[in-house]
Amino acid sequence: MFSLTSGFFRGQIGLGKLVAAGLVLLLLVLFPLLHLATGPASLWHVSDYLITLLGKIMCYAIVAVAMDLIWGYAGILSLGHGLYFALGGYAFGMYLMRAIGPEGVYQSDLPDFMVFLDWKRLPWYWTGTDHLLWSGILVIGVPALLAGIFGYFAFRSRIKGVYFSIITQAMTYAFMLLFFRNETGFGGNNGFTDFKRILGYSITSPEMRIGLYVLSGLVLLLSLLLCRFLVASKFGKVLTAIRDAESRAMFLGYNPLWYKLTAWILSAVLCAIAGALYVPQVGIINPGEMSPANSIEIAIWVAVGGRGTLWGPVLGAFIVNLAKSYCTVAFPEYWLFILGFLFVAVTLFIPEGIPGLAKRLTLVSWRKR
Amino acid sequence: MCFCARANLDQALILKLAAQDSDEQIEAIHLLGSSGLGEALQVLKALSEGGLSVVPEQVFFFRGTQAIDAATGQVLPQAPENADTVIINNRVRAELEETLAGLKLLDADPEIRRRAALSLLNSPAAQQLPLIQKALARETDSGIRHLLEQTAAILNIQSPDVTVRLKAVQLLGQSNRANTRNVLQSILAAQTEPDENVRKAIQTALKSINNRLTLTEFLASMFTGISLGSILMLTALGLAITYGVMGVINMAHGEFLMVGAYATYAMQGWFRSHASLDQDAYLLAAIPAAFLAAALVGMALERTVVRWLYGRPLETLLATWGLSLALIQSARLLFGAQNVELANPSWMSGTLLLPWGLELPWNRMVIIGFSVLVLMLVWLMMNQTRMGLYVRAVTQNRPMAGCMGIHTGRIDTLAFGLGAGIAGLGGVALSQVTNVGPDMGQSYIVDSFMVVVLGGVGQLAGAVWAALGLGIATKFLEGWVGAVIAKIVVLVFIIVFIQRRPQGLFALKGRSVDLGG
Repeated sequence: MFSLTSGFFRGQIGLGKLVAAGLVLLLLVLFPLLHLATGPASLWHVSDYLITLLGKIMCYAIVAVAMDLIWGYAGILSLGHGLYFALGGYAFGMYLMRAIGPEGVYQSDLPDFMVFLDWKRLPWYWTGTDHLLWSGILVIGVPALLAGIFGYFAFRSRIKGVYFSIITQAMTYAFMLLFFRNETGFGGNNGFTDFKRILGYSITSPEMRIGLYVLSGLVLLLSLLLCRFLVASKFGKVLTAIRDAESRAMFLGYNPLWYKLTAWILSAVLCAIAGALYVPQVGIINPGEMSPANSIEIAIWVAVGGRGTLWGPVLGAFIVNLAKSYCTVAFPEYWLFILGFLFVAVTLFIPEGIPGLAKRLTLVSWRKR
Repeated sequence: MCFCARANLDQALILKLAAQDSDEQIEAIHLLGSSGLGEALQVLKALSEGGLSVVPEQVFFFRGTQAIDAATGQVLPQAPENADTVIINNRVRAELEETLAGLKLLDADPEIRRRAALSLLNSPAAQQLPLIQKALARETDSGIRHLLEQTAAILNIQSPDVTVRLKAVQLLGQSNRANTRNVLQSILAAQTEPDENVRKAIQTALKSINNRLTLTEFLASMFTGISLGSILMLTALGLAITYGVMGVINMAHGEFLMVGAYATYAMQGWFRSHASLDQDAYLLAAIPAAFLAAALVGMALERTVVRWLYGRPLETLLATWGLSLALIQSARLLFGAQNVELANPSWMSGTLLLPWGLELPWNRMVIIGFSVLVLMLVWLMMNQTRMGLYVRAVTQNRPMAGCMGIHTGRIDTLAFGLGAGIAGLGGVALSQVTNVGPDMGQSYIVDSFMVVVLGGVGQLAGAVWAALGLGIATKFLEGWVGAVIAKIVVLVFIIVFIQRRPQGLFALKGRSVDLGG
């Protein structure tokens, strides 16, 4: 911290980095400490609600970073990233359901919804999900596999632009319908809920809440750093070249397929991890997460924050979701108008998002001088 | 019903109607009912409406102010005093209603007879058999005769007489109703049939019913598939036009369906508040209204938003999504979040009965005809008018069209309005078969995108074939694997298909330049 500030005063570290470091400290150290150390009566107390909300938004921010990687740097707009988020959530949700054990309503070793459907045994794909490790492998493996297969075929036949976007939307829609079915074996409409514990520790305890919260923050930080490293590397440069002129990049000897596919799979995996962190914090996962509307909302976080900046989408996710949780309580009828207006206004007036707006404003003030 | 020849009803029977014992009442009702006389019907109707009165040794009811003797049908000079109303309990009432329904078989109006025969066929009751036979004797309409014969056969299959049973089974073998098949199957399954010949007859009857039913089911899913396809086509036509002209996908396109449907609803409300108008005509008035409403909304959106996003198709996707959210919420605030109800005009309700028991609902038939009409109009417009020529020119080569003096900006607005208007017409069609609600457009948008993707960019013919193909395929798959899996199979098919033919079924021929890079 000390070296940071001194570096700033000596002009070696920019204002942005200092603000970022301050925010990280506030969110990841100060808030959790205040939440654990002070009682609800205290002025400095950070409430359960706020911690859950911020934890949730940090998961969304991971998704926003993942989305920016492919939209901002590879020019691929996915309207189906909610699918990977939800798949990650379901994969971890399977572990959470198994961890309930015989404490469910029906006091069976099977999850409640299976007892309700009169199933006698777990379906084969639930094998091993009572181990945290295997469930973790599923969280990463299943979305990576799906994204790999889908991306390979889509990018190989050079589907791009709106075509690609629409197909990703159709894909998440199809999966939503599939997961809505009871026979699919993931709880149908209701999905998974009523989680009890992770590794034997109660999921509702303050320590667990803070643990998940801090973990989400760290994963967010790590994915930001990873993506920044990637886009600054040669890989990132080629990716940007493909975004701007795919044919030219091909003529220069690069095969866009592997570059796009790598970015695409990485993006899907980041989403899935975010989903896995999200589910224990909000306590429910259902097929609604896969609805096309949810996936499009991800795009607006990125658009508001500014594409191709990585930190911008994080900001966008925070702004849009804080506004959402405020507006849907304060004036629920108008939230969709606000969101709709946001979509139109951002694309029409500030296509570069908030950073672009800031840049333009400073330019205006420079000219006035 | 003929009132010229009066027949007297049995006085003792009439008096039984007013008996204290319900069993006696029911017996009297059955006997009166099976007589099939118009006078009996009148008396029973009066009983059902609580208008039958009794004094000792005389039962009468009122027609207007006149008191009429129930047995003789004579007008009484003076209504008897101190009369008691004949009261019936629920059990008697149930029997009475059933008998009254059965008596409709003898009604003068063939449509009423047909309906009565159909409802009897669906739930035949043994005590109706004499009445059915009476009705059969005087029925002249062959369609109703067939229904009555089937009903009689279903009842006769329980008859103790082997020849009667055999004849009934043979009659049922000509049926093409799934219900009849179930009746025969349940008799086989229960193993109550003692006679070997009858059992064999049942087997052959079942076989012939099954053969016919397979054909009927095939034709029925073909029909529903075409009807679904025609609605998809109306949605996708507009989408294909705008995508072709401007290269943008309009995510708010489904909302134009919704606008059209609500315009229809508003038109229905306006007609209802003006009672002098022919209520059935509201749908005809709704067609131009829906087209205009959707087209105006579409043109407004194009002028204010879409036009400023040229060359940025991905951002157009997001902006139009935002517009669709705003449109949905506006509809919710204006008309409420609940679905609103639209009544089919009388000339669209009911079904058309074809041979082999194929029943085609009129509303779906009208929708198919309507879609074909719209398609023809659009085709004429695109190929025979100056505006169509301009639209095609801009689709093929925008800068060159501009050089030739075409005001491309204006063509964009008009084409967008046209596409929206066609979707509005789709909304009119949709309002006649499903619920009208604020988010109805959302459920069609993914499907109609798939139609455009499958059909190829800006290709009207492609959109038409793809819509019909998707509609029929979906309905057939639904029959085999259920609605959800059918949808998934279709989506997966399209995703795989796109790998093979990224340009869709009907690609534009020629050197289309990849503008991407």
